[in-house]
Amino acid sequence: MRREPPQTFGDYSPLLFPAAMLTIFFVVPFGTMIAVSFFQRQQGGFYTPAFVFDNYERFLSAFFGGVLGFSLMMAIAVAICCVVLALPFTYLLTRMARRVQIVWLVALLSILSLSEVIIGFAWSTLFSRTAGITNILVALGLMSEAKALTPSFAAVLTGMVYQAFPYTVLVLFPALVRLDPTLTEAARTLGASPPKAFFTVVVPALRNTIVATLIMVFIFALGSYLLPQLLGRPQHWTLSVLITDQAIYQSNMPFAAAMAVFLVLVTLGLVALTVIAGRKGEAA
Amino acid sequence: MNINSIKRRTLLGAGLAGASMLAMPAVLRAQDKSLKVGVYGGYFKDSFDKNIFPEFTKATGIAVESVAEPTGEAWLVQLEQAARAGQAPADVSMMSQVAMLKGQATELWTPIDMAKIKHASDLLDRFVNKYPDGRVAGVGAVSWYITLVTNTNVYKEAPTSWTALWDPANADKLGLLALVSNSFLLEVTAKTHMGGTNALDTEEGILKAFEKLAEVKPNVRLWYRDEAQFEQALKSGEIPMGQYYHDVTGLAAADGHPVRSTFPKEGGIQDSGCWALSRASQKSEEAHIFIDYMCQPAIQATLSRKVGTSPTVKRESTDLTEKEFAAVSSDIEPIVPRYDLYQTKSDWLNQKWTELIVG
Repeated sequence: MRREPPQTFGDYSPLLFPAAMLTIFFVVPFGTMIAVSFFQRQQGGFYTPAFVFDNYERFLSAFFGGVLGFSLMMAIAVAICCVVLALPFTYLLTRMARRVQIVWLVALLSILSLSEVIIGFAWSTLFSRTAGITNILVALGLMSEAKALTPSFAAVLTGMVYQAFPYTVLVLFPALVRLDPTLTEAARTLGASPPKAFFTVVVPALRNTIVATLIMVFIFALGSYLLPQLLGRPQHWTLSVLITDQAIYQSNMPFAAAMAVFLVLVTLGLVALTVIAGRKGEAA
Repeated sequence: MNINSIKRRTLLGAGLAGASMLAMPAVLRAQDKSLKVGVYGGYFKDSFDKNIFPEFTKATGIAVESVAEPTGEAWLVQLEQAARAGQAPADVSMMSQVAMLKGQATELWTPIDMAKIKHASDLLDRFVNKYPDGRVAGVGAVSWYITLVTNTNVYKEAPTSWTALWDPANADKLGLLALVSNSFLLEVTAKTHMGGTNALDTEEGILKAFEKLAEVKPNVRLWYRDEAQFEQALKSGEIPMGQYYHDVTGLAAADGHPVRSTFPKEGGIQDSGCWALSRASQKSEEAHIFIDYMCQPAIQATLSRKVGTSPTVKRESTDLTEKEFAAVSSDIEPIVPRYDLYQTKSDWLNQKWTELIVG
């Protein structure tokens, strides 16, 4: 069967529906947000349509710079942790029997059905002093007394990695299943140990997949605003938390919109850099 | 409703409409009357629908259509935009104090004629919200307290003062509200350490209060937006001290949880909601009857018993027993929030506050 490029307008028609949806539910709201970000905030009131840069000016401070930096760093840390954990896990999973694979995948999928709220409250209980895992360590004689592990950076990181892990596995799984097993066999035949074969053959072969997964988890983690509140101290609050504060509690839509636009731009910039760097690496 | 409107139209058609209308029996006219009342959705609205509105309709013949309003300022925005178009999604709404002030700025509230509020004499002055020129913008609907709460297993003795928040012995044990405009901790700081909330009159004073408040930070384990999160931690003793709502803490204690709410000697924080009438409303007459009805000491007492709010009228005027009153209020002079600041300096306060707790 030969694939032909679409010729007439009719050939493009299946695209109309998704295009319309994308316009109505993404382009229009995003455009509105950009417009509002230039509106004039009226303190003690609402906002009036205008074209001012005040909202962006307020954002450009050491304080918000610090919060933005922390948010990006946090998202990068989550992405790296997820991929480092998920890659060997998924690799081993693809080598298992079909039946075992299904059990694992169903378990991972069921995590996706949990809301962020449930994940947050569950981890805050597990990390608590009164009912947490340290009580088990005390019972085993490994610790002298139970202590709270939350709020802390580690707690936020754990919660976010837990939440993003199933996505990571699901994105990596198809690529690893399709990976030609003869590659590793060849490496083994030439005398490489299994770990060496994994790092020198499997990982480089999956470079593009790994980069794509990192970007996906990074963007996913950047939007998280509940887990940092539930498991972290205020210094672990991401920019998304502050955006929510402005939009819902301060009714300062222009400033919230400006922060959101800024976050989107920075994210797109980072993703573009990664992609360009990837292309250059390939060419070399 | 339908039958009544047909009857009215027929009468109008018959001519001499005015005279006929006046001649109609009082009961029939009363059934024509209705009022849309906005109250906070959820627990509040359910309690009002069950315990208050049916009695009001029975007593006055005015039908009430209750409207669930969102907390925060979203409802103010909706009322304001509707009023510009001459619409009133609710005639009378329960509004927070900050929202009352913001509405004043745009003359959103129809001034209340206090001559028509017969029970006004029982109202406590601080619950009457006035325009700068003295016209009454809103009349106190309900009030509630935020107090110092503790877990009784961890703290055998109840704390007596807000200074407990600053006590180094309470390191990493507190849960406090996360927003400047709902925690009112600046007022608590001013009352506890600076001689009163007047200390917040100047920016220097406010900055000093922020400085003093910064000393609390090492004691705070949780800055909460979500009430359930703190309530749960307080009950389990995970976070054994903090600020919380007096009414809800009382309910939890009544359910057998090891928690208590204490009015510190500097006073609990008293927050309140006003009844306010949108300028787009055509139901001024009915609204005044409603507000007057709600100001009755007997109704305020019912609210205390059924909804758990504190009365906005003088205590002596109600028939609340010692125990019932203690369950919802205290005789200690309360800390009244400086609502004016959250209107005139809201962005500045918010910025300083965020820098304080996040930085």
